[in-house]
Amino acid sequence: MALQRCDVEKIAHLARLGLNEAELPHITDALNSILGLVDQMQAVDTDGIEPLAHPLEASQRLRADQVTERNQREAYQAIAPATENGLYLVPKVIE
Amino acid sequence: MHQLTLAEIARGLADKSFSAEELTTTLLARINSLDPQLNSFITVTDELAVQQARAADARRAAGESGALLGAPIAHKDLFCTQGVRTSCASKMLDNFTAPYDATVVAKLAAAGMVTLGKTNMDEFAMGSANESSHYGAVKNPWNLEHVPGGSSGGSAAAVAARLTPVATGTDTGGSIRQPAALTSLTGLKPTYGRVSRWGMIAYASSLDQGGPMARTAEDCALLLQGMAGFDANDSTSIDEPVPDYSASLNASLQGLRIGIPKEYFGAGLDPRIAEQVQASIQELQKLGAVIKEISLPNMQHAIAAYYVIAPAEASSNLSRFDGVRFGYRCDNPKDLTDLYKRSRGEGFGVEVQRRIMVGAYALSAGYYDAYYLKAQKIRRLIKNDFMAAFEGVDLILGPTTPNLAWKLGAKGNDPVAAYLEDVYTITANLAGLPGLSMPAGFVDGLPVGVQLLAPYFQEARLLNVAHRYQQVTDWHTRAPNGF
Repeated sequence: MALQRCDVEKIAHLARLGLNEAELPHITDALNSILGLVDQMQAVDTDGIEPLAHPLEASQRLRADQVTERNQREAYQAIAPATENGLYLVPKVIE
Repeated sequence: MHQLTLAEIARGLADKSFSAEELTTTLLARINSLDPQLNSFITVTDELAVQQARAADARRAAGESGALLGAPIAHKDLFCTQGVRTSCASKMLDNFTAPYDATVVAKLAAAGMVTLGKTNMDEFAMGSANESSHYGAVKNPWNLEHVPGGSSGGSAAAVAARLTPVATGTDTGGSIRQPAALTSLTGLKPTYGRVSRWGMIAYASSLDQGGPMARTAEDCALLLQGMAGFDANDSTSIDEPVPDYSASLNASLQGLRIGIPKEYFGAGLDPRIAEQVQASIQELQKLGAVIKEISLPNMQHAIAAYYVIAPAEASSNLSRFDGVRFGYRCDNPKDLTDLYKRSRGEGFGVEVQRRIMVGAYALSAGYYDAYYLKAQKIRRLIKNDFMAAFEGVDLILGPTTPNLAWKLGAKGNDPVAAYLEDVYTITANLAGLPGLSMPAGFVDGLPVGVQLLAPYFQEARLLNVAHRYQQVTDWHTRAPNGF
């Protein structure tokens, strides 16, 4: 089932991607072409096969619950688009 | 001096034939005069390089030694380098100065390597031609009308053109091996977890792996030695001892069992590449290797599974680029949603947007089982194929790519046409196995690569076989005209 323009608009919203109106037909075609390739998977028999998430099947390591990082707020905020008094600035969220 | 390999540089610096500073200034001048033809660097770190070279010379004068001390390198521009722009070849990070060093960068700098600059790449490592860079396409030094491969295309072109002896690359679906093949280099994707991913800007976290790109296997061994090892900062780093990769380079290949997967020689492979691969098999037989035909029946499903898993992980990883904490922010956002949408819509290029959207779709409610879970099951089938094959052979050999380097722009706007170029390399990422591409000839003046795959953590074996092959062939010594 091919994606329609409205599906692409919904996906773009989920991904918080602002697309130009003019780009929508191209991106709809490209996504349908990619999903056509991906749909070849459906013909593969995977009954009884466990999904593989980590190639070596390792699990996440745990570490001791200790403070190991020092505060680097200034270094990190120096590269932010907008900060004030040590806070990141965004457009007003609450009226 | 620019023709020297890393191993030759190490000897030259040790016997004081030249200093690190002399070598560095020679290469910087070469980059300045030749790179405008190639566009292989995004940032040249002249001052930093000279400073690091002087420091290395001082360390050597004080009695220190080491194969990497004073040797130049270029880093793919997704390894964070403190105080230097780390752009990922994206408008999104054009203004991003990394506040810390990636583990790989820190380890190589501590060993005394000199950073010449940051190399061009496909935006966020998504591509096989290095055409999706915000900073423009990279040209292949073997023919300036052709692509160098990708996504580590800048690293490949810079090493092939003798602008740097070695470079780092990363490989998520073939991004070290494929450009190495298309530019006549030796490139190694290590076992997943062998090289730290900390500070390496993530594309698909369960597939990404950094590795060395060089002209020879001997140089890859030296560089991998400096890159590999456990890192507590990378939660998927594997705590395995690192062997001496140079020690086994000359080991005999007598009786080595090499498997040739019949699926690698089917429709879609350029017959002229097949011929060169056959010739390399004969060379390895002369060196004592025993050839066996094998089968990897699920290989044909790898691209489909990859183009679910990689975009799904990318859509999650790239959600951090929101215009708030770092990177590009749109002008005059009217509210928070507008800030996110326009910053991401304007900051990401078209291929990155496509993959984010494929990933967001595959992970969205109602589709997860049909896409992501299905792809992970196929991933296990692919791994099982390899495990079965490695019961009967020590190594697997085939072409690295189905085609030669194509002309710039030849794949147009059809993403799927380019995706199919990764058909032979993607399986190693899905299974987490180490893989190496080595130069194996030329067709119409364009390089051909042969890929070797080994069981987990057997990078030393790959380097050994490639090194022995390079003792009886000279493909890796040839330089492109004009470079």
